[in-house]
Order: sequence, then structure tokens, then C-alpha cells
Amino acid sequence: MEVAMAVVMDAQRMARTIARIAHEIAERNRGLDELALVGIRTRGVPLARRIASAIEQIGGAAVPTGTLDITLYRDDLMRQPVGPQPVVRSTEIPFSIDDRRILLVDDVLYTGRTIRAALDALIDFGRPQAIQLVVMIDRGHRELPIKADYVGKNLPTARAESVQVRFVETDGVDEVVLEEAGA
Amino acid sequence: MTGQTGTGLRGRHLLGIADLAAEEITLVLDTAEAMKEVAARPIKKVPTLRGKTIVNLFYEPSTRTRTSFEIAEKRLSADTLNIAVSTSSVVKGETLADTVMNLEAMAPDMIVMRHASSGACHLLARICRARVINAGDGMHEHPTQALLDAFTIREHKGRLAGLKVAIVGDLLHSRVFRSNLLLLHKMGAEVWVSAPPTLQPPGLDRLGARVTSSVDEAVRDADVVMLLRIQLERMQGNFFPSLREYFTVFGMTPERFSLAKPDAILMHPGPMNRGVEISSDVADGSRSVILEQVANGVAVRMAVLYLLAGGSADEA
Repeated sequence: MEVAMAVVMDAQRMARTIARIAHEIAERNRGLDELALVGIRTRGVPLARRIASAIEQIGGAAVPTGTLDITLYRDDLMRQPVGPQPVVRSTEIPFSIDDRRILLVDDVLYTGRTIRAALDALIDFGRPQAIQLVVMIDRGHRELPIKADYVGKNLPTARAESVQVRFVETDGVDEVVLEEAGA
Repeated sequence: MTGQTGTGLRGRHLLGIADLAAEEITLVLDTAEAMKEVAARPIKKVPTLRGKTIVNLFYEPSTRTRTSFEIAEKRLSADTLNIAVSTSSVVKGETLADTVMNLEAMAPDMIVMRHASSGACHLLARICRARVINAGDGMHEHPTQALLDAFTIREHKGRLAGLKVAIVGDLLHSRVFRSNLLLLHKMGAEVWVSAPPTLQPPGLDRLGARVTSSVDEAVRDADVVMLLRIQLERMQGNFFPSLREYFTVFGMTPERFSLAKPDAILMHPGPMNRGVEISSDVADGSRSVILEQVANGVAVRMAVLYLLAGGSADEA
């Protein structure tokens, strides 16, 4: 099985995109003191931290950042006839989300099911004033009525393709790759 | 995006630590860490096992284990059914197999069972489709207790490998001891055991334990001191002259506990016989983690339920 790969974004372009998203967030949310970022494991976490750092450079104030593991909220856990369960990791939200504007961050928006699970998980932590969705890549093929508020790049894809967003923190490199399973 | 899969548990059931490999034990402990965080939330409930039915079938009295399993099941949103044998058809003479076949007809996904006979859970696993979790079978094993003990040790010490663990008490009748010895040995801990010769099962050294009749030798420089209850309800003979004498020779007093490392922790699976295997000063002391063990039991049982609830490779 050969895999055809195309680099959609390199490190420089990713950095520019993250800076642009941070500016959009700052522009749309006057008063950054009510904001908090929550990254969805795994690669939403480094993305959230980088956006938080960029917002701090713009606004001069640190934005609280948390980590959300949505495994226990997935709707497909008991549908797998074989194979091990997905690994559960800890959720760390070291601040109250009540009355905050939460920026929910993920690397790729695809069917929307991960975001549905994340919304359920977040609401178990309190009652935010609002939740906005930030993604690096929107690859389409939505199965639920979910739309991102901030998108790094809209990337039309076929279902057979796979989008890999990689970060130095998790993968040793910054890049977005489109992989197509070929014969 | 998530969706990474782990190594998973190889079997469909959790019948004993004997069936688990070291990496499976580590997977349970790692998963329990994440589950423990759920207990700190304002809403201590996740939808993971919604629609699953779990039967808690307890043929022996239990407070901690049954309650712990029930809380774990409810925190994972499973439908829980508790069957206390004293109020079931068992008192009318129904056999274990018949009870289980009748329960099977109601299609439970899992059965958590405690039974007075060693190996009862293995019989259950052979005759029913549901996944079986051993909550203690006779004098054989109590795997979730060993897992929660290991979780508690790892929380305090950061590791299991290389630690000196002293286990003192009724080794002969204790399923907790068997599961703990198997687990600690698999994970690379050095296990010292001490008990009256009448309460030592044969072949301890073959299981990897260092046996000594001197409690002081077992406890000296230990990282962990684990005490076991004297199980008077299982004793059909004279195993030692008197409870007072047992306490004098084997009981954990502050003086005896001071032989362990300064940062050693004190464990007991409960229920305790104060003044028999442990003095109140030690049981309620600053280094006692007995109540932490109880709290950790819920997280560890949530982890076990979660890991067994999905598909397993042997069903392919």
C-alpha cells in the first residue's frame, strides 16, 4: 500500500495562520479577561497553547488554557466489535468555565462528532457564557450541524484521504499533510 | 481529533491478576488516573457506558467493594442491578449456574461477582456470555483490590519497580494477598511477607516472596507496609494462641512501623481489626493511606469497567 502525501502547510505558514487566528479572536472578543482556551487532546492542545501565547503578545494578558480529553464522551465506544478501547487521558481545566467565553480548539474539523462530544464534556464542567470553535483545518464531510468560528484553512478532501496536522510538541515537526491511500 | 487506541486488555474477563501481563496492569493504572479526575468534577458522571447493564452479584457480605463497584458503574452511566444473595432464590436452593443462566436471559453486559468458593468466577465466565469481573472468590484472588493498591502505591512513590513492600498478616486465607503478591512481583517490586507459620500458605518463595517470621525484618527499610486482616470467619482451627498474643508478635505498632523508611506508607485493604493486626495510632496516623485506597478503588474499577466494555481481540 503506497501513500501519496502532499504538504499543505509548512511551519512558516502554520505560524502565520496561528497569528492570524489570534488576531481574529482578539478583534471579535473585546476584553480578553473573560476568554479561556480549551484544547482537545491530542493536537488541539499544542494549538491552543500557541494561540494563547499569540493572544498574550497581542493583548498583554495571559489567557487561561486547559486540556480536554473527550474519549469518555465518544458516541462510538461501544460500537467496535473488536479491538481495544481508545486510551483515556486526563482532562485538566484548572479554572472555572462559568461565565467565561471558551475557545474550544482542535486540529481538524471533520464529521463534527468529536466537537459534539467536547461540547457535552465542557458543559459538565459548568455554564460558559459562550463557546467558540477554533480549528486549524476544516476538511468538510460534516455529519452534525457544527461550524467553526475560526478556521486556519478550508481544505476540500475526499473521505478516503487523511489530514495530518503535526506539531513540534507532539510530532517533532510543524506541518499539515494530506495523505491519500493509493493502490 | 482523538481516537488513539491502546494495547487494550487481551481477555474478555478480569478473573485474576495471574491472567494480566505487566503492560495490561500499567494500562489499567494509567486509565484509572484519568478516571480519578472525573471524581473531582462538579458533575461526577460521564456517558461512557450508557445503555450497558451491569449485575453486581455478591454471595458474600461486602461494604467497600460492592459500593465502590456501584459508584464506578453509575459514574460511567451504566444501568446497575444489585443482587444480594440473602434476598434471592439462592436461599431456595438455586445453584450458581442456574442463577447465572437466569440472569443471562435478561442480557446483562457484565457481571461483577463475589463468591465464597475459589474459582467460582472462572465457572461463571465459562457458562455466560457477559463479561465477568472477579470481586473476590474464596481464598483465590481479588484483582481489583490489588490494582487499587498498586495505583495508591504508584501515586505516592511514582513507581512500583524496585520498592520494598512488606505484607504482614493472614496470608493463608487472603485473596487480597495473592493478587497483590502476583501484581507486585510482575511489576518488579521486592515483596517481603511475615505471618505466623500456621497462616503461611506453602510455596510462597516460588511466587517470588521473601518469607520471614520476623515482622521487624520484613518492615525494616520498607517503602510500603501492607497489613492483612485476621480472617476469623475463615478459621476452622487454632492458628495462634490468642488475638492479644498475635498483636504482641505481629501487630503494627508505632514502634514497629518506625523501622520502615521515614516516607513509608501504611496500607490495609479493610475492614480493620484494630488492636489485632494494627494499632489505632498507626491506622489513623499521617502516613496511613487506608482511606485513599478506598477513594482510589472507584477510579480503578471505572478503568476496569471501561477497558472490558469494548471489543476485545479474541472476539474477532
